[in-house]
Amino acid sequence: MTQLALVIDLNVCVGCHACVTSCKQWNASGWAGPMVDENPYGADPTGTFFNRVQTFEVGSYPATETVHFPKSCLHCEEPPCVPVCPTGASYKREDNGVVLVDYDKCIGCKYCSWACPYGVRELDEQQQVMKKCTLCIDRITDQSLPEKERQPACVLACPTNARLFGDVHDPDSEVSVAIRERGGYALMPEWGTKPANHYLPRQKTRMHISEDELQRADNPLTKEDITVYTGEETLDDVTW
Amino acid sequence: MHPAFSVIFLTTLIGAGQGLFLALFTGQLYASIKLIEPQGANFYAVGSVLSLALLVGGLGASFFHLGRPERAWRAASMWRTSWLSREVIVLPMMMGVVFLYGLFHYLGWTQPWIVAGDGALPMDVTMVLGFIGVFVAFTLFVCTGMIYASVKFLEEWHSPYTIGNFTFLGMASGFMLAAAYSAYLGNHLVGFYGTWAVIFTLLGLATRVASLIRNATLKHKSTLQTAIGVRHRKIVQKSQGFTASSFNTREFFHHQSPEFLKLVRIGFLVLVFPVPLFLIGISYVLESPTLPIAAFVIQYLGLLAERWYFFAEANHPQNLYYQSIA
Repeated sequence: MTQLALVIDLNVCVGCHACVTSCKQWNASGWAGPMVDENPYGADPTGTFFNRVQTFEVGSYPATETVHFPKSCLHCEEPPCVPVCPTGASYKREDNGVVLVDYDKCIGCKYCSWACPYGVRELDEQQQVMKKCTLCIDRITDQSLPEKERQPACVLACPTNARLFGDVHDPDSEVSVAIRERGGYALMPEWGTKPANHYLPRQKTRMHISEDELQRADNPLTKEDITVYTGEETLDDVTW
Repeated sequence: MHPAFSVIFLTTLIGAGQGLFLALFTGQLYASIKLIEPQGANFYAVGSVLSLALLVGGLGASFFHLGRPERAWRAASMWRTSWLSREVIVLPMMMGVVFLYGLFHYLGWTQPWIVAGDGALPMDVTMVLGFIGVFVAFTLFVCTGMIYASVKFLEEWHSPYTIGNFTFLGMASGFMLAAAYSAYLGNHLVGFYGTWAVIFTLLGLATRVASLIRNATLKHKSTLQTAIGVRHRKIVQKSQGFTASSFNTREFFHHQSPEFLKLVRIGFLVLVFPVPLFLIGISYVLESPTLPIAAFVIQYLGLLAERWYFFAEANHPQNLYYQSIA
């Protein structure tokens, strides 16, 4: 069975919010739209967003690290938001595992948002129905688009390629290989929701240089050199 | 969580409505086996109207919680998985039973079909409806409680105490209302209903205090570490991604100070438990027709505060992602 999902590489996310704006742009006019903004130019603007980039600081100064953290629906394999829906508006697609809301059935009771530990469902202020990330279902299933454009808007927009999209049930897909080989993890595993989206941890690229790599221990000329050095240029400093 | 008044009124009003129906039928049952003074048809008919009014009021309040109330009928469809859907089915059933119970009393269709034993326990249509109503009322208490208790992410609610609280506090206010109703009519059932009201208030006190103690020492499963998956003891949010408000910052936060919460907690602990018990006790001694009414009103106001606190106390794990604006 197919389970489409995103894999987000925190190692390369620079926190530019391009995924946030491209998501808003695409979905405001797409199948899931409109994504209403209330009071957009006023003092307290608010609106519907499927995706947000948050920023966290890990550690204490000076040993700190900034983690930019894109957050959207994780399309759980055991979505707790689906069984609680009283109308059946919230559902998980059988063919590709995407969790969606049928806006024509939703009564706006907000119960599903209570049943999501990640806080990724938002009630649309004007339509008064629950909205959430659709993985750009209208793009990824659109056969009229060229194959490489059948991806969520956020994935296409990401300038650092921090967002990978694919079938996490196919062991040879790019996303499965990334999760397997680069330590992909799920958020809040304690709840057993089995999120399909995974995150790749930050990894530091470190150079390991040992002492004998700087000092040529096996220099044959040193063996025969009987000079006592006191800080001046030695044979080791000579370029051979 | 943000305490929504629609849900506060829904749960407290239908709780009192169910409790009042249970009180009326308890009275009928006791009267039928001649333990208390029997009442006329109007006592049950008007009492049923009162109970039905509370249930309808609660249902009306619940519509204000919905974004699309015109589609509310759809909510009955997913009863296999959703406790909310189950409540949506059982609440109208409760209303139907209360309506018929009151109607048959009013029409005087109380000719018994079978009389068990020596004139005791005459089985008539109201008796059958009463037993059905008891079953439906308890089912409704369980459904209402389970809406909250079944959400495992809200750990303050995810306990059997939640169902205990909804059941006992609903019954306490319903029997208290029955006592107030009897006091208003001036019949001799004030002591009978008052005693039951005291018993259910004390049971409610036990489960409510138990849940307060449980929640005071509750250790949440999720932490900022599991929320973003970084294993470090010190993580601070620097930005939530936007500077204004969103559904996430409105729905899941009560936006009140800890002092205010404490005030509400003390307020409901005083108004729901000791004050009504004291008033009902005094009214028994003084045979006052107004004190039981005051006891019910004060307990109901306390229950509004209790339900407000129930919502405000619950801390949703999504709040971990919204600790700092920028």
